[in-house]
Parts: sequence; C-alpha cells; structure tokens
Amino acid sequence: MPITESDITKLAALAQLEITDEERRALTPQLAAIVAYVEQLNELDTSAVEPALGGLTDEGERTEVARDDAARPSLGQELALDQAPAPANGHFCVPKVL
Amino acid sequence: MKRHAFLLATGYWLLATFFMTIEHIHTQLAAGETTAREVVGAAVDHAEALNETLGAFLQIDREGALGRVAEVDGADVGDDETAGALRGVPVAIKDNICVRGLQTSCGSRILGAYQPPYNATVIDRLQQAGAIIIGKTNCDEFAMGSSNENSAFRPVRNPWDTARVPGGSSGGSAAAVAARIVPVALGSDTGGSVRQPAALCGIVGVKPTYGRVSRYGLVAFGSSLDQVGVFATNIRDAATTLEVIAGRDSRDATTADVPVPNYTAELNGDIKGARIGVVREMFGEGLHEDVRTNVEAAIEAYRELGAEIVDVELPRAKYAIAVYYIIATAEASANLARYDGVRYGFRAEESGTLQEMYRRTRDEGFGAEVKRRIMLGTYVLSSGYYDAYYLKAQQVRTLIREDFSRAFAKCDALLTPTAPTPAFLLGEKLDDPLAMYLNDIYTVTANLAGIPGLSIPCGLSHGHLPIGLQLLGNYWDESRLFRLAHAYESAHPFDALPPIVAKPKR
Repeated sequence: MPITESDITKLAALAQLEITDEERRALTPQLAAIVAYVEQLNELDTSAVEPALGGLTDEGERTEVARDDAARPSLGQELALDQAPAPANGHFCVPKVL
Repeated sequence: MKRHAFLLATGYWLLATFFMTIEHIHTQLAAGETTAREVVGAAVDHAEALNETLGAFLQIDREGALGRVAEVDGADVGDDETAGALRGVPVAIKDNICVRGLQTSCGSRILGAYQPPYNATVIDRLQQAGAIIIGKTNCDEFAMGSSNENSAFRPVRNPWDTARVPGGSSGGSAAAVAARIVPVALGSDTGGSVRQPAALCGIVGVKPTYGRVSRYGLVAFGSSLDQVGVFATNIRDAATTLEVIAGRDSRDATTADVPVPNYTAELNGDIKGARIGVVREMFGEGLHEDVRTNVEAAIEAYRELGAEIVDVELPRAKYAIAVYYIIATAEASANLARYDGVRYGFRAEESGTLQEMYRRTRDEGFGAEVKRRIMLGTYVLSSGYYDAYYLKAQQVRTLIREDFSRAFAKCDALLTPTAPTPAFLLGEKLDDPLAMYLNDIYTVTANLAGIPGLSIPCGLSHGHLPIGLQLLGNYWDESRLFRLAHAYESAHPFDALPPIVAKPKR
C-alpha cells in the first residue's frame, strides 16, 4: 500500500515531530520508495520461522544478568539537573500539559 | 595544498607510517626518546592543524589531554595484563560515546553541547590502560549515515581526496586515523559504520561480536545491532585495543560471559589450511570494477598463503538491507524518543504546551535523515503494520543467521568486499536515500547475525583511492579474524599514505 501525505501526517504525530509542509512533500515519495523496497521480504515464506528477538548470541542468552535487589548510589539530583534547559526547585520545568 | 607538496617533497610521509603505531610509541617512551607529553601534544597539534581541512573533530581537548599526561608519565605499570597496554597513546572517540565532561553531541543539534555526567565503560577501560583521549570525532547524526554528510555541524572530508566522503557514520574517527593524527580511534558499528569508513579511508576497522564490548555509554541507535568498534593503522594495534575494551560489563546486560582472549598472542600463527569462504553472488553487478579486481587479487593472495578457498552461499543475504532498514529504524524510533527537550539538550523556545515543545524541539533539533528513519521506524511498528514489516523482518533475520551457521560449517571465515565502491564525492548520493543505504550491502549482515567482522586495506583504485576487504567470522572468533588479517597484512603491506597526513615531529 503506497504511503500518502496523510500517512506522513499521522506518523509525524506519533513520532512527536512537527514537520513542515515542505518536509511532508519531500518525505512522502522517499518513504514510499523505501517501503516499496522492503516489501521484497514477502518473497520469503516465513510461516514456520521464529522471529529473532534482539541481538543476543547463545552465550549472551545464557549469561546471568540479574543482580541483588539492593539500593546503590545513583546520579543524584544535582548532576541529574545539571544539563536541564529549565531546572527549577529541584525539578525539570516544562510548559503546561494542557 | 602547500602542506601536501611539502610533505611529499621532504619524504616525511614514510616516517609517518612508522611513527603511528602503539609499538613505536612504547619503544620510544621506554628508550626515553620521547615523552607521553610530546606524543599527545603532537597529536593535539595535528588535530587542530588539520581540522579546517578534514572536519574530523567536533571537539579537541588540549587541556584535558595534557592534564592526563602527567598521570600516565608518572604511573606504575602494575600486574594487570592490560595495564599500560595503551600507555601514552593518544586516541580519538566518536561523538556518540560518552566521555564525562566533554561534549557528546552525536553529531546532532538536539544534543549540541550536552556533557554526559559519566564515562562509557569503554572510556574507563581505555583510560585504565593509559590511553589519552584528545577529542571527540565528527559523525553522521546519531550514527545514521554512510558518508558523514548527515552531521549537523559539517561533513568530514576524506584525507585521500577532500572532495570525497570518508564513509560513515564514524567518518571523523576514520579520517583521524587515516591522516595519522592518532594511531587508534573508537567508533560504533550498527550496519557497517566502522568497517565501511575504514575501507574508504585505507585503514583497519573492527566490529566485534554482539555482546563482546559494553554499550554502556554508547548512545543507543539500534540496540540489537550496535557495537563499539576500533580503528587502527594495523591489525596488531586493533587487536591490542579490542582486548582493552572488551569483556563483560554488569552495566550492559547484553554483554556475554565469554572470556576475552589475548588477541595479540597468536597473531603470527600459520594460516595454512584455513578455509576462506567466498560468496560468488557478491561479485556480481553493482560492484565497482577496481573493488572487484583488488578483492579477487586478495583471494588469490590467501590461496598463495596456503588457505583453501571454498565457495559458500548466503541465499538470504540479498534481503539484508530490507531487514536492516526495518529493524534498525524501529529500534531507533524507540531509542530517540528520549530527545524531547525536557532533561538535557536543545529545547524549542516559546512553546505553548508540552506537546508543542516535544514536537518543535524534535523537528528543529533533528536533521532530515534522522527524522526520515524515526518515521520509517514508527511506521513499521505501528498498529496494523507490525506483523507485515517488523515481525517479518525479525523472521528473515533468523533465516540470515541460519545462512551464516551453514556457511561457517564449511569455512573458517568469509571474505567479501567491504564497500561496493571506493570513496564517492560529497553530495553524490544525497538525493536518493535508498542509493545511500545500498553502500551497506556487504556490512549489515554481520550486525543482523551478531558476528564479528573487520576491514583491511587491500589496494588502491585507478583513482588512487583505498579499497577494503572484509573478513567475517563466527561468533567470538575475533582471534582467528586477526590472525587471518595479519597474515595478509604481512604478505601485502598497505604502505600508501593519503595526501593529507600529519607531519611527525621526528
């Protein structure tokens, strides 16, 4: 199914991107071409194939990664706020939600 | 290009090759012929002098680097085998790897001058081994690209021809090593972003097995594909560096409990009888003639070294680009959701509501390629399309892994071209995203399967541009890859240097 400008508008909203009309016009044929290209995967019968979930090797799968449920020192408020665009009273300040 | 003429005229370019190895630095340090301060100082000088021309660095940290030199010059080497392995060695770090106190922009305006409050694990390990970081290198934005033209700041130029790309996304690190500014640099490889620029810049580039090196502090692009990779001018230095940074890390749950071998111990091993697999289909249409000639000559060279050349098939490899651009973009759309103007980085000004702030911050802060991939990733994960694209791609990924399993039953390593062409011109492939994606055709399979791979130079094109050959190995088989590569390198040393190269002080 070819991608339309209306699809691009919906995707931009989902991806939290406020794209311009110019961007929309440029992106539509580009995404359409890429999607058309990836359609070739339908040439393969994968009905009996397990999906590869993630990149782990067998050894990676076997590696035990759980740790004790014990609190450890974390970043701390000062460092966490150090790069914030609008820190205020120990919080990240943002525009109103509604 | 007066500098270029001067370098060639004085013959300093011969010295440059010899100078820029870890062994040479350590020999000179041990003999008291130089100090870490001199070595690092020279690297910083060169980085600054060549940056206008190459654009390899986004930040050069003279003060920090020279500050650390005293620690290294005065330290004891101790018992740990890798302590001191990179002592006094200046290194460059791709700008998507966190170094405390230095900017980590990922080549993007949305992070800009962001400074991480922590070091990536690979940085801690490099520093424990005595390496001195001289700066952060330019890259395609969020590691998305094959030419380093997607950097928000400026493109990187290839030291072999400044009208051409160095490859990407780790173009800055590749250029820095190719120009002999530093002997070693780190990059990241999600679909070929270390191996492909290594090929286009005439140096060694290694992508380890998935889970071999910690991704803690590597800014995530495609979490099931990403690995930190190493650039060097020769195999021994690449092996030394990988040994320093590799190993399990409790802060990265995808690292595996597999011991790190001594990668340099068996470099000189005999390769007689080694089975080298070749996929004939890879030498068909679309492959640049000079790449074909040089890689086929390398296959012949391996035969002469006593290797057995075996025909193997990877029947589903031709679907790899399609699989990659579904999985990588899907993962990227999730990984880049955190860039929202709230906690760090750029925030769009004067937004009325929170949602407006998210949307304007992201549209203004991200470049075109990043937005394209985020949207593609969002599409393939969205309701109604997930099964048709993302799930399907995951299934084909399984098939590709099975192809490699079968291939490695018949051979010890696969030999392929690294890139389909030598370095192309800046601007040449910018209009057609899909054409740009096809540069990854030989490299993405390794990321999808999780196997290790490396690129080494194997010749020059008629246009005097480097060509790389790629070796792909079975899981955890980096030692064998290094040994095979070293054997070729010893028999066919790649001595050529690019026209733009750092002039050594001695």
